[in-house]
Amino acid sequence: MSTTLWIIIAGALATYLTRIGGHLIISRFDTVHPRVEAGLNAVPAAVLTTLVAPAALGAGPAEWAALIVAAIVSLRGGLMTMFLAGAAVLILARQFVG
Amino acid sequence: MVVEAISEKSAKGDFWDGVRLSIPVVVAAAPFGLLFGAIAVDNGFSVLEATLMSALIFGGASQMVGIELFGQHVAPWLIVLSIFAVNFRHVLYSAGIGRRIAHWPVFQQALGYFVLTDPQFAVAERRAEAGETVSFAWYMGLGLPVYVLWVIESALGAVFGKLIPDTHALGIDFLLPIYFLGLVMGFRKRPLWLPVVIASAAASIVAYKTVGSPWHVSIGAVAGVLLAVILPPHHSGVEARP
Repeated sequence: MSTTLWIIIAGALATYLTRIGGHLIISRFDTVHPRVEAGLNAVPAAVLTTLVAPAALGAGPAEWAALIVAAIVSLRGGLMTMFLAGAAVLILARQFVG
Repeated sequence: MVVEAISEKSAKGDFWDGVRLSIPVVVAAAPFGLLFGAIAVDNGFSVLEATLMSALIFGGASQMVGIELFGQHVAPWLIVLSIFAVNFRHVLYSAGIGRRIAHWPVFQQALGYFVLTDPQFAVAERRAEAGETVSFAWYMGLGLPVYVLWVIESALGAVFGKLIPDTHALGIDFLLPIYFLGLVMGFRKRPLWLPVVIASAAASIVAYKTVGSPWHVSIGAVAGVLLAVILPPHHSGVEARP
């Protein structure tokens, strides 16, 4: 078996382990402590924020404008509206500021 | 019979509800699928290997990192470890989503965890929070189009990689952060949302500048989750049970 194939298969197993591992650990406990539940409830905002914050910090005015407009639209509109508005502002702003 | 027909109909409706929600994910991920295929071939992968990697790992950022290190002739075990590190945040998703899909048969759960990507987790959490059941049909309606197109785009990118035009002018390198911001905003009604977001943002930025990528994701996430754990329960909206 080639090294490349070995890397792909081992990488796939490692990835699946992360995707099922948290569940396997949590399901060993009969009851979930309120503080653990509070922690789990914080997971989406906590993880997704880390995918935005450093990217936003390293970006420029065009990207900031897109993020601000997207954030404002998301207060009223749905996910798709927010996404399209942000993308439109980004493309438009990049025509001017690169 | 009647009951069966009704539940079959609702499963079909659930599936298409999921498909509808997958559209922005598919749009945002498409350029990265193409890009991954192109970079993979550029770094010495065959078209088949690039496609296989997308089909088996199904994690964009980790695949990019893996390919990059492969091109630099880094030791194979280190490449695998890096893929693991980039994907480590899924441990938290996995722990969170288990509550929502515990009612599925084990085989369906095993399949569900395989497609547990960032948007998959976030959109499923939104549905659970809205008080709706996260059914297998709905979950796969959301995940399957993303998966199938991801694999196809990787193959197309690998074959036609050199033809991709100026991605910067089209803004596609920044589509995912916009999409993720929308998902973050979607959880703003949750208790402790703002403190968690601030803690995670600050910690991930500091970690990004000091420890470096990809660890800033796990470090930032743990900071936000720990804050929610440490603060007294009456702040987090979780009642202490007798």
